[in-house]
Amino acid sequence: MAAPLTLLLLVAVTVRAALFRSSLSELISERVEVVSPLTAWKRVIEGLALLDLGVSPYSGDVFHETPLTIYLFHFLVDYAEVTFMVSVAGSSVFSDYLFRKQKFALEADRYPLDCLELIRSPKEMYYIPLKVAMFYLLNPFTILSCVAKSTCGLNNAIIALFILSTIKGNVLLSAIFLSLATYQSIYPLTLSALLTSVPLSCLINLCVTQWICVFLFWWFIVQYAFMYLGSLFVIICLSFFLLGSWDYLPSVYGFILSVPDLTPNIGLFWYFFAEMFEHFRLFFLCVFQINVFFYTIPLSIKLKEHPVFLIFMQLAVISIFKSYPTVGDISLYMAFLPVWSHLHRFLRNIFLVSCVLLACSALFPVLWHLWIYAGSANSNFYYAITLLFNVAQILLVSDYFYAFLRREHHLTYGLYLKRKDGSEATLVLK
Amino acid sequence: MGLLSDPNRRRALISLLTRLNTPICIVCYMAGVAWFMGLAFEPFTLRTYMSENAMGSTMVEERFPAGERALATGREFSAHKKRTGGMPVEWLMKTMQAKGLEVFTQRFSRTLPFPDENKERYMVRGTNVYGILRAPRAPRTEALVLSAPCSPGDNNNQAVGLLLGLAEYFRNQIYWAKDIIFLVNEHDLIGMQAWLEGYHHTNTTGTFCHSRGGSIQAALSLELSSDIITSLDLVLEGLNGQLPNLDLANLFYAFCQKIGVLCTIQGKLQRNDWDSVSGYSHAVQTMMLMVMKQASGRPWGDHGLFLRYHIEAATIKGVNSFRQYKTDATTIGRLLEGMYRKLNNLLERLHQSYFFYLMPSLSHFVSIGYYMPAFGLLAVILLLRALDLWVQLSTPPQRTEDGVTDIEPVRGVLSLLTPLVISHLTGVALYMLPIRFQEMAVEHFPVSETEAVVLTAIAVYTAGLALPHNTHRLLSGEGTEQGWRVLKLVAVLYLAVLLGCTALINFSLGFILALTLVPVAAFVTPHVPKVLSAFILVILSPACTLLFSVFFFQELQEMPISFQDGWLLFLSVISQGILDHSLYGSLVYPLITLLVYPCWLLFWNILFWN
Repeated sequence: MAAPLTLLLLVAVTVRAALFRSSLSELISERVEVVSPLTAWKRVIEGLALLDLGVSPYSGDVFHETPLTIYLFHFLVDYAEVTFMVSVAGSSVFSDYLFRKQKFALEADRYPLDCLELIRSPKEMYYIPLKVAMFYLLNPFTILSCVAKSTCGLNNAIIALFILSTIKGNVLLSAIFLSLATYQSIYPLTLSALLTSVPLSCLINLCVTQWICVFLFWWFIVQYAFMYLGSLFVIICLSFFLLGSWDYLPSVYGFILSVPDLTPNIGLFWYFFAEMFEHFRLFFLCVFQINVFFYTIPLSIKLKEHPVFLIFMQLAVISIFKSYPTVGDISLYMAFLPVWSHLHRFLRNIFLVSCVLLACSALFPVLWHLWIYAGSANSNFYYAITLLFNVAQILLVSDYFYAFLRREHHLTYGLYLKRKDGSEATLVLK
Repeated sequence: MGLLSDPNRRRALISLLTRLNTPICIVCYMAGVAWFMGLAFEPFTLRTYMSENAMGSTMVEERFPAGERALATGREFSAHKKRTGGMPVEWLMKTMQAKGLEVFTQRFSRTLPFPDENKERYMVRGTNVYGILRAPRAPRTEALVLSAPCSPGDNNNQAVGLLLGLAEYFRNQIYWAKDIIFLVNEHDLIGMQAWLEGYHHTNTTGTFCHSRGGSIQAALSLELSSDIITSLDLVLEGLNGQLPNLDLANLFYAFCQKIGVLCTIQGKLQRNDWDSVSGYSHAVQTMMLMVMKQASGRPWGDHGLFLRYHIEAATIKGVNSFRQYKTDATTIGRLLEGMYRKLNNLLERLHQSYFFYLMPSLSHFVSIGYYMPAFGLLAVILLLRALDLWVQLSTPPQRTEDGVTDIEPVRGVLSLLTPLVISHLTGVALYMLPIRFQEMAVEHFPVSETEAVVLTAIAVYTAGLALPHNTHRLLSGEGTEQGWRVLKLVAVLYLAVLLGCTALINFSLGFILALTLVPVAAFVTPHVPKVLSAFILVILSPACTLLFSVFFFQELQEMPISFQDGWLLFLSVISQGILDHSLYGSLVYPLITLLVYPCWLLFWNILFWN
């Protein structure tokens, strides 16, 4: 297991190092699909320069990263490339670790006999961590975002750490990493929905009676919330003392929530808010932002026994509906796809969706060229592709969700369903 | 969404699509070609109309009187050109200064990667002369360009004369709100490129322009080689098949109608008998000429490089043929004056009208919404084939033992990666080697540099066919059924995305490639008769497509050539393509060598899978 992983890391690092040295890296770091105003390396450099001059990096309208990131790079700026590689490699290794824990959780005697082919064989399970690492490290999206030195790589690493520590059951670390992720960009807050499902499955065996169980559950929630809020408080205060002002709050979180920068990206916000009348702006801003948080509750109710799948869904929802998405965010949830390899037989639109995703990824630069350089197309062309790309992502995620639910259904009721009259039954989603 | 979620209907649809795959594909192909041919039929096209308000409703009056004097200046220019044996820089500067312009020169030098035999140049050294007429009525933030080339021999003297005449006349008018730049460029496009780079400070080849006007809004390039002309021809096709805004063509057409000058596009007059067979075939010819020119991706006039800088530009060519109807220089001057006055009225860049269009005649056009379905029908074939393959692949194979299925993916990936990597490496070789190896080739073989480049390209191209792509046989024994299906699925999707992107940037190129490559992609399997299909595959390969296009183009221009001449022309077209890429950054050569050719090699590989 270690040998292929090392090989994989070597390949991934070589590819990135080669791209860093080539002339392509400059081109890539300018692409709007790869960097957003939040994560662009160019802006971090600008912030660093301001910091060195003794000016608050948030005094202009360029820098929107968090204070801790800028202080991190303050010390590491000469090794920026190395940092990004480490963060990417790190997150992949963590995610690799992550799924070892997950083994055999699903195999139990309570399922009907004919479901045996639905349950993953140990051999398949064995390769999953490696596949996850491969999907993350060799995903062109990750490579692009790493070569562009987008700080998105750091955020991904933090989220991966959070998932790892959560699944390992380390409550304190989990709370700290969650607060770090929230601090970096607000959206990972929704990942806390995980709490409702993790302790439940852990506690269920310990409980003697119903009310003790409920009590323990709420006690755990309170504990976790305390740790989470405490560490968030510490981090925010630390940032305040580092900079000596609260400038960064509106400049980072205000920037994320109120979406003032309408540079085109692969998200849904820019075109809509560029076209909108000013007096509707606040209303639609709320509608768009609520989208990210809206699905948390139903999902966490439905998936309360499947924390990892819940994380996957949440990450996907965040990366689709967040205000400044980049391909780096997409690559994070795409790394989870090999984990659900057992769902492949239930996927319905995977061919269509992967064709659309592929075509869209190729069309982004083409339409950008036609719009910005050739001047012959316009923003509608680019936004059409953005829409299509997001629709494909939503279809992908909902397809996986449907497949997951259907597998659950089959696990309970048997794989080959029969109607009452004996003919083969079909499941219809309505 | 019912279709996406109801399993019964999905199954019915998919079984319909897989069962009738071949007939549907054939029908789609026919429909695509028929749609394309129908585009030239006049009732299916739209009449051109002026979309830009600033140019549409305003009246201008043309008063340019001095055609004869302009021609005299042209003769003087020709005499000085002959004396200096190139651009008469001193004389031009003096004359322009005398007309009251601010005059500047720009020197440039450029070494071609290999000698250009068509234009007989290798080390190019030259000077551009340009004079700026400062706008009296506005801040100098915008400019218009009128350019004329200083060509070798007796060509285009009248164009320079008329340019100087117009400069003198424009200088005395008070209504200019935009700077007007009068440019005489040497060595046609090379000079033009140096000037544009110098003007926009993106310099690589020449010196910077010392003085600039405002940002250029529109440009016209004038080519005129006789005192009296019979018609004016409008050339629109620019670099990489880019076209100027349709309003520029409309403007030209409107003024030709107003002043009463015969105007042509692709050298074809417009006819009124669209309902007769000959009238329709005339329109088809005109449109096909435009398609061929656009597909070539090269600039067909000196205006071609302006488009890269967001500047709407066209070339106007004076044609002197044996027609009765004659037009003198004063009339052309008035026409240009009218066009510039209208352009002077512009409030913003030309953007109202279409950028993607084909023109079956100067008064009719086909917009992107009408011609894209023709391409779409061809592209759908690829998707249908891909769907068919996907269904074949995803029907679960009979598993005998558990052990077999586990090795399968690794082997599958290897047998997929090898042909992909090898064919792309061949593509890279085809892209790099011709220019790198010219010296060595010249040393060892009795050929000139240009021939060496072209012949190396052809040699690499042919060698690519003979390469042992099937290394997967060494790795894992016989190629499997599964293996070629996966490879074909990848190749078909690759081709679909590639052609789609190409068609968006340059519709004509994408369509011509789709016309030849889609049948290949659709029918190739390892089980078809080898020799016959190999023959068809070679016939439909990119190089042969180019060869046929050369003959077809000559046929369309009503200048049929013998096979011998056609072959020579084919060779020169290849060398021109390589030159266009290295001089102006045309994308056709890298596109064909780095992407299309490897993709075609994948299909070649599938044919010889076993």
